[in-house]
Amino acid sequence: MDWEKLVQLTVNGLTLGGVYALVALGFSMVYGILKLLNLAHGDVMMVGAFIGWGVLGWLGGVQDPRVAVWLLIVFMILVAMVGCGFLGVAVERFAYRPLRRAPRIAPLISALGVSFFIQNSVLLLWGANFRSYESFDLVDVEVGIHWGPLNVWILRVVVICSALAMMAGLWILVTRTKLGKAMRATAFDREAAAMMGIDVDRVIVKTFFIGSALAGAAGVLAGLVFGSINHFMGFGYGLKGFTAAVVGGIGSIPGAMFGGLFIGLAEAFSVGYIEDVTGWVSNRTGGVFPRLGSQFSDLVVFAILIAFMLLRPQGIFGKPEVKKV
Amino acid sequence: MTEQVPEQAPPAQPRIGVDEWVASAEERRARSLGGRVEDALDRVPPVLRLAALALPFAVYPLLVDSDYLMQVGIDTLVFVLLVLGLNIAAGWVGLLDLGFVAFFGLGAYLYAAVASEYAGRYWEAQWAIPAIAVATAIAGFLLGLPSRRLVGDYLAIVTLFFLQLWLVVMVNATFTRGPNGISDILPLKFFGRQVTSLDGNYYVAFFAFVLVISVLYLVNRSRTGRAWRALREDELAAELMTMPVSRLKLMAFAFGAGVAGIAGAIFAPAQGAVFPLNFDIVLLITVYAMMVLGGAGSLLGVTVGAVIIVASLEALRGPEDASSLFYLAVVLAIVFLARPWWRALAVLGGTVVFGLVVHEAAEQWRPSLVDGVPFGQARIDELVDSWVLLPVDIVTPDGLPAGAFGRIAYLVFIASVLALTLVSSRWRTIGLVPVLYFAACVWENLLLAQPAVARFVLMGALLVGLMAYRPQGLLGKPRVEIA
Repeated sequence: MDWEKLVQLTVNGLTLGGVYALVALGFSMVYGILKLLNLAHGDVMMVGAFIGWGVLGWLGGVQDPRVAVWLLIVFMILVAMVGCGFLGVAVERFAYRPLRRAPRIAPLISALGVSFFIQNSVLLLWGANFRSYESFDLVDVEVGIHWGPLNVWILRVVVICSALAMMAGLWILVTRTKLGKAMRATAFDREAAAMMGIDVDRVIVKTFFIGSALAGAAGVLAGLVFGSINHFMGFGYGLKGFTAAVVGGIGSIPGAMFGGLFIGLAEAFSVGYIEDVTGWVSNRTGGVFPRLGSQFSDLVVFAILIAFMLLRPQGIFGKPEVKKV
Repeated sequence: MTEQVPEQAPPAQPRIGVDEWVASAEERRARSLGGRVEDALDRVPPVLRLAALALPFAVYPLLVDSDYLMQVGIDTLVFVLLVLGLNIAAGWVGLLDLGFVAFFGLGAYLYAAVASEYAGRYWEAQWAIPAIAVATAIAGFLLGLPSRRLVGDYLAIVTLFFLQLWLVVMVNATFTRGPNGISDILPLKFFGRQVTSLDGNYYVAFFAFVLVISVLYLVNRSRTGRAWRALREDELAAELMTMPVSRLKLMAFAFGAGVAGIAGAIFAPAQGAVFPLNFDIVLLITVYAMMVLGGAGSLLGVTVGAVIIVASLEALRGPEDASSLFYLAVVLAIVFLARPWWRALAVLGGTVVFGLVVHEAAEQWRPSLVDGVPFGQARIDELVDSWVLLPVDIVTPDGLPAGAFGRIAYLVFIASVLALTLVSSRWRTIGLVPVLYFAACVWENLLLAQPAVARFVLMGALLVGLMAYRPQGLLGKPRVEIA
């Protein structure tokens, strides 16, 4: 057993999982309140990554940052969060709100349009090149935790910790504050909440703001730790984030956190081991089953999604939905 | 003798299944021009209607003489077939199938598997195309199996994942040569005669189109078609009426996939090559835009939608025709949407005057703001050069880097368009003037520099705008929502 590889993959999985979890939270919150699958969520995250990149350049770039590195990172995350929050609010206001009472397929098509619009706008404004955060120059690879087989770059620690911190903050917000209570009430029954004097539209706007801000943070974190960003990155993260939300139980916040980490780990391990495993199967079956390279790791995530959809559509933490007439 | 009761119309009784709201909606429709045109159309026998729809396609090759336009014609027919297939699941049944284009890809790859030098086989098309249609229909059935229990959004994401899966496998698999695609596909061969000319391919596609749309017309009129639409309106009610919901959904998936397979089997030999990235999410959104623009659920509508979108995408490909089309579209939109007519005139006139004033002021203040050279070479671009703000693109007066004017203008423009939708109609009319002018500036400065990207931006905006303001599309029937 190669312990070092196992540990490394676990760390990779947790990093990836932290990002997925942040994306999944936005999906899950919006779905919980509006029963709407926000297909543009991944693209909001991509915009966050671009905002972070823009802030990095604006503050002097990696070579010559005008402020301390930790402050730079905090600043990137904060600006991206605010920017994406407003983007999310705009998307809700202009693309989804007019369709609240429309048949269910309408907001989904609108969401496809928003996603396509955002993607191509970024392509139009910044081009198709991959942009690099050059984070290896920002923080040296050697800096980090070295303890036995555990070698973790400090930025990965930062990503995991800040993702966890944001989730904890959200958890407190939802369970302990008045806004959280209003959000839960709206998610439970929008009409009843409105009758109780809750301004449902405001709650929805705030939900979109928070969810999109988390996606923006996820974009910066992904850019920091995986290095390069492009206009198309939102699609993949969006799909995985959605899978994470489903696995955890859509609408449930701890579910989204757990689902994110689960999908992240599953992806990391399948990248690491799919070649060995399928190779072994291939040898056993005499080559009937092909040996798959790590580029097929999406298959594993996909299989998880399908399995959950069919066997436990309410996810791990969700409650089964009762069909009401 | 009892007195003769004067004959009077029986009191207006609501018909069964039609409440007051629906009745009043129908009455309004019967009085409107569009409604009357529709009713008149409904009285025309279907064969004549089909002939009228097919006629422009039939004579198209006689009217054009360039290979490029023939190629566009073939593409159009392939897209029409695709959107007809998508319309079954997404338009009639209301299932958001986001994996649809994978079946198109599957059809194309299957053709490559039975008729290419790479595969070493050469099936005759009269056997190959039906076989492919059946095979893709079976694939659609199989995709439908796990999906039939999923509702709306879950279905969308699972099918989207299927598309992603298809792409991952096709890009990485070695037996299909991965991203290099299969490029030695043999032309269609009917009973020993090869179809190599563009005209020949066009007419094959045309024949398939006529066949498919006729079959779909009959299916739509049939019991199954009615059941599908009932399913879209209310699945639960349909189930209570003892409709076999799962089976109907599976049929819709299989039917749609089969049509997509036919489209693929015509597309592959016409192109001579297939690549996995021909069938990606861009194509998916394009097909959806066609369906939504024309009117989901209407055979005529989706056909028209496909023709409009293909024509626009082709025209926007190069900067020559793009500008004319853009300005034409803007003017037409204003003329048709702004009522009464003098309001449209005022907006257009105001925009021209506004532009001239701003241009003059800018020239006095900072000449470099208007000294740029337009990207477009069309006549219209030269014309608007003396009207829009076109900064010299090296450095703007404020020292912003190249292209920054266009980028900032783009973001401000989007914000101002969104803001326009929020204000009252009087302010909207007034605000439209600077926003239209701004649109022209953004177009000349940014969009025209990359028309290939700009057209997709416009398509995304089209989808959102249509959903918000005209969800039934150009020719669809508005849905009666009963809360």
